[in-house]
Amino acid sequence: MQTEKEIVIDIKGLYKSFGDNHVLRGVDLEVARGENVVVLGRSGTGKSVLIKIICGLLTQDEGSVIVLGEEVKNINRKQLEELRLKVGFSFQMSALYDSMTVGENIAFPLKRNFPNLSKNEVDEKVDSVLNSVSLLKSKDQYPAELSGGQKKRIGIARTLVLRPEIMLYDEPTAGLDPISSIEINALIKNIKEEFGVSSIIITHDLVCAKTTGDRLVMMFDGVVQKQGTFEEVFDSDDERIKSFYEYNFT
Amino acid sequence: MQINTVSKKKYFLSKKVDSFFAGVADAARFVGDYFTQLFKPPYEFSEILRQCYKIGVDSLPLISLTGFIIGIVFTKQSRPSLSDFGATSWLPNLIGIAVFRALAPLVTALICAGKVGSSIGAELGAMKVTEQIEAMDVSASKPYKYLVFTRVTASVFMMPLLMLYTSFVALLGSYINISANEHISISTFIANAFDKINFLDFKAAVIKATVFGFTISMVACYKGFNAIRGTEGVGKAANAAVVTSMYLIFIEELMIVQIIGWFR
Repeated sequence: MQTEKEIVIDIKGLYKSFGDNHVLRGVDLEVARGENVVVLGRSGTGKSVLIKIICGLLTQDEGSVIVLGEEVKNINRKQLEELRLKVGFSFQMSALYDSMTVGENIAFPLKRNFPNLSKNEVDEKVDSVLNSVSLLKSKDQYPAELSGGQKKRIGIARTLVLRPEIMLYDEPTAGLDPISSIEINALIKNIKEEFGVSSIIITHDLVCAKTTGDRLVMMFDGVVQKQGTFEEVFDSDDERIKSFYEYNFT
Repeated sequence: MQINTVSKKKYFLSKKVDSFFAGVADAARFVGDYFTQLFKPPYEFSEILRQCYKIGVDSLPLISLTGFIIGIVFTKQSRPSLSDFGATSWLPNLIGIAVFRALAPLVTALICAGKVGSSIGAELGAMKVTEQIEAMDVSASKPYKYLVFTRVTASVFMMPLLMLYTSFVALLGSYINISANEHISISTFIANAFDKINFLDFKAAVIKATVFGFTISMVACYKGFNAIRGTEGVGKAANAAVVTSMYLIFIEELMIVQIIGWFR
C-alpha cells in the first residue's frame, strides 16, 4: 500500500503582475515533505517572485498559496511571523548584514525570536550551524572579508539556525565558481538529509538542478511548462527546453 | 496553449493620482506603526543607546562649530544696528531670545537633517537594495522595530539635548564676541541673556526639537525603506531624506511658532 505524502506547499492558480508585466500566469505546484523541488527557467519568468509569495514578501493577485496548512494571504502578521520561523529563505546575493560579524549575523534571528535564550545557548547554536556549513573559523569575520561561496553558506546557515521545515533557495549557485557551486550543491543535499527539510531551489544552473533536485519544474512565460525527474523534463521536443539544456551542457 | 492573465487593473481616478494617495497612505501607515510599536515590548534598549551615541555624540563636532560661529556672527552683525540706538547693552537679551526661540532648534534640526538624515537614509537604503531588510523580515526578526523604532526613538531623545547644547555654544560664541568689545562679566551676560526667556520659550524649543527629531529620522527611515534600483536608489534615498525633512522642518517651525503664539 502506498502512503500518501504530506504536502507542505500547495500552490494553485497563482497570478502575479507588476503593472502591465504579467509575471506569473496561473502556476500550480506542490511540494511534499522532505522533497527537493528545483524550479528552472530563464531570467524574468517569475521564479523568484514565486518563492517571495510563498514566504509572504509579496502578495499574489489571484490564486492560493498554502504553506504548512496556512493560506499565506489570509493570515495575520503574528501568524505570518510564526510561519516564517518554519520557512528559511536563502537570498541570491546572500543578504548578510554587513555591519555584523558572521557570528552576529547568525545569532541575530535567534536573539530576536528567542529572547529567553542564554548567551551560551545562542553561542552553542551558532557554532553548531557554522560547523554544518564548515565555516566555524569565519565566525569573527565580516561579510566583506568572505568569498561569494562563503557568503552563500553563511546565508544558508543563518536560516538553518531557526531549524526551518522548508528552505527556499534563490539562485544558490549564481555567480559562483564551479568548485564553490559543487560545495553549495553538496550542502543543499546534506541539509535535506541532516535536517529533513523540504526545499524549493530556484536556479537556471542544470548541474545544481540535477544534483539537488528530486523533481524539476520547468517554467516559461510565468507558467509551469513541464515537471518530473531531470530525465523526464529534458526528454522533450520543446525547442525552449532543448535550448535550455544545450546552453548548459553543450 | 492558452494563457490567462488577470484582467487589467482599473484606477480609481488616474494612475498618477491613485499612486500619490497610495504613497500618502503608505507613509501614514509607516508613521502609525511607530506608535503601535511604542506599546509593544521589547524596546531594544541597547540598540536605542547605540543610536543615541551615533546621532548625539557623533554630531557634536559639527554642532559645536556651527553653534559657536552662529553665536559670534549673529552678535557681530547685530551690534551696529543696536549701536545706532546706543543699545549695545541689549545684545545679550537679543541673542538669548534669538537663540532659544529660533536659531538653536532650527539650526540643530537643519544640521541633523543633513548629517543624521542622510546617514540613516543611505544606511537603510543600502540595506534595502541588498535585501538585508527582506532577510530580517523573512526570519521574523521585525526589521521595523530594530531599524526604525530605535532610530526614531534615539533621535527624539537626542534632538532636544543637541538643541540645548547648540544654545550653550551659541551663547558662548556670543559672549566671547561681546566681551572682546565691551566689558561684561559672564554672570551679567547670562543674567541678561536669560532675562527675557521664560519657561514657555524653553518648552517651545524642546517641543520643536522633539518634533524635528521625529521628522528627520522618520523621513530618513521611510526613504531608506523604500529605496529601489541599486546604488542610484541609495543616493536618491539619502538625498530625499535630507530635502524632504528640510521642507517639513520649515513647515513645522511655522506651525509651532503660530501655536505657541496663541499661548503667549
